Amino acid sequence: MALLGAINPVLTAGLKGDDGWSLKDYVARGGYQQLKRILETKMTQEDLISEVKKSVLRGRGGAGFPTGLKWSFMPRSFPGDKYVVCNTDEGEPGTFKDRDIMRYNPHAVIEGMIIAGYAMGANRGYNYVHGEIWEIYQRFEAALDEARGAGFLGQNILGSGFSFELFAHHGYGAYICGEETALLESIEGKKGQPRFKPPFPASFGLYGKPTTINNTETFASIPFILKMGGEEFLNLGKPNNGGTKLFSVSGHVNRPGNYEIPLGTPFSTLLEMCGGMRGGRKLKAVIPGGSSAPVMPAEVIMDCTMDYDSISKAGSMLGSGAVIVMDETVCMVKALERLSFFYHEESCGQCTPCREGTAWMYKVVHRIENGLGKPDDLDLLNSVLGNIAGRTICALGDAAAFPVQSFIKHFGKEFEYHIENKACLVPKDVQWAGSGFHKIPA
Amino acid sequence: MFSAETLQKFAREVGKYPADQKQSAVMACLAHAQEEKGWLPPEAIEAVADYLGMPAMAAYEVASFYNMYDLKPVGKYKITVCTNLPCALSGGYHAGEYLQKKLGIGYNETTQDGKFTLKEGECMGACGDAPVFIVNNRSMCSHMHPEQIDKLLEECK
Repeated sequence: MALLGAINPVLTAGLKGDDGWSLKDYVARGGYQQLKRILETKMTQEDLISEVKKSVLRGRGGAGFPTGLKWSFMPRSFPGDKYVVCNTDEGEPGTFKDRDIMRYNPHAVIEGMIIAGYAMGANRGYNYVHGEIWEIYQRFEAALDEARGAGFLGQNILGSGFSFELFAHHGYGAYICGEETALLESIEGKKGQPRFKPPFPASFGLYGKPTTINNTETFASIPFILKMGGEEFLNLGKPNNGGTKLFSVSGHVNRPGNYEIPLGTPFSTLLEMCGGMRGGRKLKAVIPGGSSAPVMPAEVIMDCTMDYDSISKAGSMLGSGAVIVMDETVCMVKALERLSFFYHEESCGQCTPCREGTAWMYKVVHRIENGLGKPDDLDLLNSVLGNIAGRTICALGDAAAFPVQSFIKHFGKEFEYHIENKACLVPKDVQWAGSGFHKIPA
Repeated sequence: MFSAETLQKFAREVGKYPADQKQSAVMACLAHAQEEKGWLPPEAIEAVADYLGMPAMAAYEVASFYNMYDLKPVGKYKITVCTNLPCALSGGYHAGEYLQKKLGIGYNETTQDGKFTLKEGECMGACGDAPVFIVNNRSMCSHMHPEQIDKLLEECK
């Protein structure tokens, strides 16, 4: 089980790993009570959305957009088909929280999606599941069968007159499908290439119909918000940063895993919960919100609290809450080389600045890493990234540019050293010593 | 072209989407086709397209866009190693190197006996369990240190 710790847990409270995911366990934890209450009391859509707005739940997928506001954009009275879509295409390097939510609490996602359907007048939903997590997709399918069997999904739910069908769609290996319009294209059975916006999905979404897309953790939070009330959820976190959030901590800590903590918790507390730095080594840098978020030097992140506003003020993004921790054994050129390869590999190829620019960024960082860097390579990199950021249909271009920009900004000396000396500041035998990889038997 | 069991899986996938949106099932059908055939030969892609009433080229576009489809034959066991940064920090590179040495092949190569193919993969969304592998797109293996790698290779009969 990769849920390793929590402070005031909401979403992960009472979970018992692989033994506690099923319908009866969820119901025993108070599950589906909120759906029942809403249907029995015929709660109005306005009241429901207003409660979500009060919680200041911000989108947990990365953008941090207020969920209640997003829901209010849906043309609720629009006659005809409308869709609710869940984004479980969790491929942002460093992020593995939605996998655990789906694995240990899949019914919270289902209940959240049904309630969202009710709030926005949608009768059909899809959950797009990351291709690499087949076993989790299977579990979600099993949970859907249970929910159908219990009458929580389907026609005329619990005799209320409200109907909602929900299905799982399995991805097959494309990071870009985490972008919401690429995800919609993918559900439609096409290449996952993002759409030009506007129109936004709320007016032209799946099959051209009004659609709202939220992250898995966002949907899973909904039943809990309705149970405790929007205000109480907000107060768990800090103003403008409501609630608790799951943080996926990877890299050089003693206990990598998922941690649910209130937004506004100091980074230093989270680091302590993870058992501190592996081998007692010194913290060098942290990418606080998935690989697309700008890297932060140790001294900057150590003064931050883990919430959208604090991290943004310090020059990065909370993103998906994927905290990638790096110690002093990391060569920052090598680290950036791997990230640049990723964006080059995953660019969908639609926009020229991204398709060509990501290839150039990888090529240049690769040659610096391999001792073939040229004196003006850092200027070249800054020029290339400047010609990608803001010039593409979707945010992948920006996501590819931010790491390059921030690595050069904060760790430029390492890049310059590589170029001048055709060698690394971190001795080869020390590099990646922090990986904890077991000794290979003789 | 496909077994009754695979066709049953196709039908179940088509049932998830509105009647006029059968194409939505193409990703799942291609995945099931690949599971049966071991890879996706052009005839299988065309047969899936026929089944869904969509142009073969549109199905081929999908098969060539998503990287878990194999458009060339692979070994009986395709092992994909995540070497993305979060995994690399916890031994992803080392695990990949150890595996290459044990099998005597590099990435994108297949052992001579056709048993193993090695691939380098992107983030699998399991960074807390690094190093991680996926076998045949389906089975995720966590904490793959030398002893676990040896055990995995022994289990792949």
